[in-house]
Amino acid sequence: MRLQLDEDHRMLRENVRAFAESEIRPHAAHHDRTREFPLRELRAAAALGLTGVMIPEEHGGAGMDCLSYVIVIEEISRVDASLGVILSVNNSLYCHPIATFGTSEQKAKYLTPFAKGEKLGCYCLTEPDSGSDAGSLRTQARRQGDRWILNGSKVFVTNGVAADAAIIYAKTDPGAPSSKGISAFIVEKGFPGYHTGKTETKLGITSSGSVEIVLENCEVPEANVLGEVDGGFRIALHTLDGGRIGIAAQAVGIGQGAFDEALRYSKERKQFGVPISSHQAIQFYLADMATDLDAARLLTYRAARARDTQERYTLEASMAKLFASEAANRIAYKAVQIFGGYGYINEYPVERYFRDARICELYEGTSEIQRLVISGHILK
Amino acid sequence: MDFALTEEQRMVRDMVREFADREMAPVIPALERQGKYPEKVVASLAELGILGMAIPEEFGGNAFDTVSIALVMEEIARVCASTAVTVGVHNAASAAPIARFGNREQKSRYLPAMAKGAIIGGFALTEPGCGSDAAAVAARAVRRGDRWILNGTKSWITNVKIGGVFVLMAVTDPDAGSHGISAFLVEPGMPGFSFGKDEPKMGLRSSTTGMINLVDCEVPAANLLGEEGMGLRVAFSTLDGGRIGIAAQAVGIARGAFEEARNYARTRVAFAEPLATFQAIRFMLADMATEIDAARLLTLRAASLKDTSPPGADFSREASMAKLYASEMCNRVAYKAVQIHGGYGYSAEYNVERFYRDARVTTIYEGTSEIQRIIIARKLVA
Repeated sequence: MRLQLDEDHRMLRENVRAFAESEIRPHAAHHDRTREFPLRELRAAAALGLTGVMIPEEHGGAGMDCLSYVIVIEEISRVDASLGVILSVNNSLYCHPIATFGTSEQKAKYLTPFAKGEKLGCYCLTEPDSGSDAGSLRTQARRQGDRWILNGSKVFVTNGVAADAAIIYAKTDPGAPSSKGISAFIVEKGFPGYHTGKTETKLGITSSGSVEIVLENCEVPEANVLGEVDGGFRIALHTLDGGRIGIAAQAVGIGQGAFDEALRYSKERKQFGVPISSHQAIQFYLADMATDLDAARLLTYRAARARDTQERYTLEASMAKLFASEAANRIAYKAVQIFGGYGYINEYPVERYFRDARICELYEGTSEIQRLVISGHILK
Repeated sequence: MDFALTEEQRMVRDMVREFADREMAPVIPALERQGKYPEKVVASLAELGILGMAIPEEFGGNAFDTVSIALVMEEIARVCASTAVTVGVHNAASAAPIARFGNREQKSRYLPAMAKGAIIGGFALTEPGCGSDAAAVAARAVRRGDRWILNGTKSWITNVKIGGVFVLMAVTDPDAGSHGISAFLVEPGMPGFSFGKDEPKMGLRSSTTGMINLVDCEVPAANLLGEEGMGLRVAFSTLDGGRIGIAAQAVGIARGAFEEARNYARTRVAFAEPLATFQAIRFMLADMATEIDAARLLTLRAASLKDTSPPGADFSREASMAKLYASEMCNRVAYKAVQIHGGYGYSAEYNVERFYRDARVTTIYEGTSEIQRIIIARKLVA
């Protein structure tokens, strides 16, 4: 057992942090306010291999391990959580299932350019009436000759505003019970009947381009079924295990970003004649934040390492996601408290961290879903 | 970064887990209710080599790495927190400083006997008027010929009555402040040494805790541990290892409480279904399991850092984080375990009642939560 990062992972962190500080941080507040999708920053990240971190090099990725991936998402989210989730979705939710379940033709066409970051992917599972109960989705796909015709509506699609292709889950066997008879499709934005709807106005991660995607008799070639027909739900669950590690990493990054700001501010801000960091109340907030953050990071790295070394990591991923997302909210809350009134205005980044943290407990499985998964494991 | 235990670490953990289930679980509840020290259990642990965990091989110990010691503490505390603290103080606060600061003669005299369990070690820093503020030691030692004459009172001392040697801090130079404190190896048989009253504690009732009274207590000059004036250094050197041990103890208590609650939830029927089918109960268990894992990771992180760092490296931040988080976690988990048991959890017939009482001390001794926060914050703000 050795719970310290090795030299290569430490180097990676330094490199990604330097990139994030120089290329991403200066524009994060602007994107947050304008809600503009950060295309220029995304391209810069792609040039470093951050759009396909774990994808094998032969398919345009960086061929790194999951711990490296976690460090990447953490460091990007530390300065801009919107870009963090944009990368997480392209890496974990789009590229990964194609790398795992795709045919070689699918990989050539729908993986390589996306892992390289020349194109962007998104993931469509959630529907207006199907969130935590993902198996109850209603989007229909019916076979017509050598194509599938998709009808339905997908919501909260991160990256949707700029995505070139989507993995879309639809019911292919309308008679099958919940979570059965579902298939995954790779759908290009140019396919007839694929419409991008309105961009959501969100509390946080405002520039991640979340849209509704409407499918109106959308035509998808047979060759674009990912995995087996009616075997899609397994792909969805498999994808989410990995995705949860990414969101746990995002939460750790947000927590670290908020903590760093609060620590710095506490040393500069003077009240009662001394820096507020001299007051024990503030010191104790900082101590609790740092401890919470380290616990979240260790759970997240453990999940990543489990994914690197063992077949199943569902439990570890859910624990990491649950703990890290709640920790990020506790930490961001205290960071705002340390800033006082200044924490409530958008001149200081903690206001953004506080809003961004909130999503971590909601997407890729709410905290309640994580507790269902965890209790299912421990009560097996 | 490697989260897997080594083969050796796994073997040690499994050995102690099996011992605790087989030899401790059947006898501990009754002993604890009577406030009795589990003498046979500790003797058996000595046979397993657990009392020599912190002692070098050349002095009869088996010098476990810190990760293994943490795993052992967790496994013992999972069944009996009292035994864990008895062993923890012996190892981390008594054997370890003797091994580190003792001269050859001192080590030869005490360590082999301690490794065998023939001598149980203790640590005496705290006084009635000196807790978190450790430098406020008032016990006085005055040199007279080849002896030191000690006067003062030590309180809250674990392993009183059973202990054969105590690493005891007293002031040798009142003008030198924190550099005027020295460490001594004091034995109960020395003239002027007596044990005071036992503390009637809320928990840890199978461990002995009480006062040591020193009235012109005569300690041979050869029993000065380390140099004169080094007492606080000796004391503080035990704290990081001690804190990792108490963090591990807290993880163990929490795991004991969690496992009881999980078993109870599976078997107890309410509204015609096992408790474990209700989401309110399942979610409590999910939170308990997640927090236990978080605390164990913080604990093992500090332990593995201690194992891989050069001697003298500072890992007080990591040790304090582990102690702070694990001890507070342990109280939350024990609270929920009682809640899941309902009225039965309030009855001494069920183990969770004991775990709940035992949990409470973990945020207090070996540095309160407040002291841990001060240490962590000092590192952050510096």
